[in-house]
Amino acid sequence: MGNTWNKEISLQEALSYFHSGMTLMVGGFGGVGNPPSLIQGMLDKGVTELTIISNDTAFPDIGLGRLITNRRAKKVIASHIGSNPNAGSQMTAGELEVEFCPQGILAERVRAGGVGLGGILSDIGIGTIAEKGKEKITVADKEYLLETPLTAEVAIVYAKKADRFGNLVYDTSARNFNPLVAMAGDITIVEAEEIVEVGELDPEEIVTSGVFVTYIVKSEGVNWKWAWEK
Amino acid sequence: MGEVIEASQTENYRDKIARRAAQEVEDGMLINLGIGIPTKVADFIPSEKSVFFHAENGIAGTGPSPLPGEENANLCNAGGFPVTLVPGASFFDSATAFAIIRRGLLDMTILGVLEVSQQGDIANWIVPGKRVPGMGGAMELAQKAKKVLVLTTHLDKQGRSKIVRECNLPLTAKASADLIITDMAVMEVKKEGLYLREVMHPYTVADVIGATEAELLIEGDVKIFR
Repeated sequence: MGNTWNKEISLQEALSYFHSGMTLMVGGFGGVGNPPSLIQGMLDKGVTELTIISNDTAFPDIGLGRLITNRRAKKVIASHIGSNPNAGSQMTAGELEVEFCPQGILAERVRAGGVGLGGILSDIGIGTIAEKGKEKITVADKEYLLETPLTAEVAIVYAKKADRFGNLVYDTSARNFNPLVAMAGDITIVEAEEIVEVGELDPEEIVTSGVFVTYIVKSEGVNWKWAWEK
Repeated sequence: MGEVIEASQTENYRDKIARRAAQEVEDGMLINLGIGIPTKVADFIPSEKSVFFHAENGIAGTGPSPLPGEENANLCNAGGFPVTLVPGASFFDSATAFAIIRRGLLDMTILGVLEVSQQGDIANWIVPGKRVPGMGGAMELAQKAKKVLVLTTHLDKQGRSKIVRECNLPLTAKASADLIITDMAVMEVKKEGLYLREVMHPYTVADVIGATEAELLIEGDVKIFR
């Protein structure tokens, strides 16, 4: 029996799923593991007024940092914006709303959204301003904060290899938030460096099952200079 | 006898803090290093000690920086800079990186602060209205690492003590610091208060007490770290 799975679409086709005002979740950590071609496509298409959920806002001219620098976001849910001064200045000017969330809790909120949980209980940030506005729940005499799940209309992910069903293998620490984000989109679009036929990946090496993946786009590669490059 | 890393002739205060901090590192530890002075601690750990460094993005077992031209742009530490791996290293997603921290499997975190109080409260993520980078992973690290080592200059740029009775800035975590190492002193946080354990040569006990806003307790000898 042949296998007819094929989720690969063109970048052009993928861009039809992005629109202004949408909620967008982006895999990556400090720009590493942000999908370059999808981000460039969104910039070119003029998508704006985004609510972006991602670990951080990368660097001004790296990865999703460019969406911030080009003022395409109205709100960001992130753990850190320090490496992108544009995010800070837009926040100070009241042009960008920023919701800060402790890094590991952000990861778990994304995961909770992706795995169909109604929330998670955590004691991280108790006694700090991070507990502001959060419901407190006591379990076995210990107090926790209720952290709500996060999902997005579209989640974008960067992978080293995808087979045509969307089974994914990542590249070293470009894994980071990507497997979590891959589960949390109503539509999950993967940008892969390499697309292989179904059956070519060893099932033991697959990190994200293609079950979570809606579409796959072939990456045109990183189109920025890293902060450490001279 | 273990290898002892000696001070170089031209050692600056940052290296001296890092060299003292490295003495806290024990064989077999899993350690997270923050940016700034904490990153330098790795340079002062004797080679016979086996430790794994943990990175929040999802690595256990990062090694030194790669040689120029040998970087893998995807293989980076949490600060976004290229690293190498040591034998036995592993990758995982960022949720797992924090599972390790929350579960109490991180033996030590070494981090910088804006302020640290005599109860061990740490403030290191926000100066309201001025610098608002976000907490990143600092809350989990400070709250959950088995041992929290704070490395900082004793005074801020305005000459004010960063070792305080109560933090003025919003907290990262309450009662979390275990040991504070500055360019002037080594101080241990205990339930009873903040103990002055060592002074950094050439400072004296009187110098340190005079420069510190927090109340310093002394029991037994205060050693000199050269």
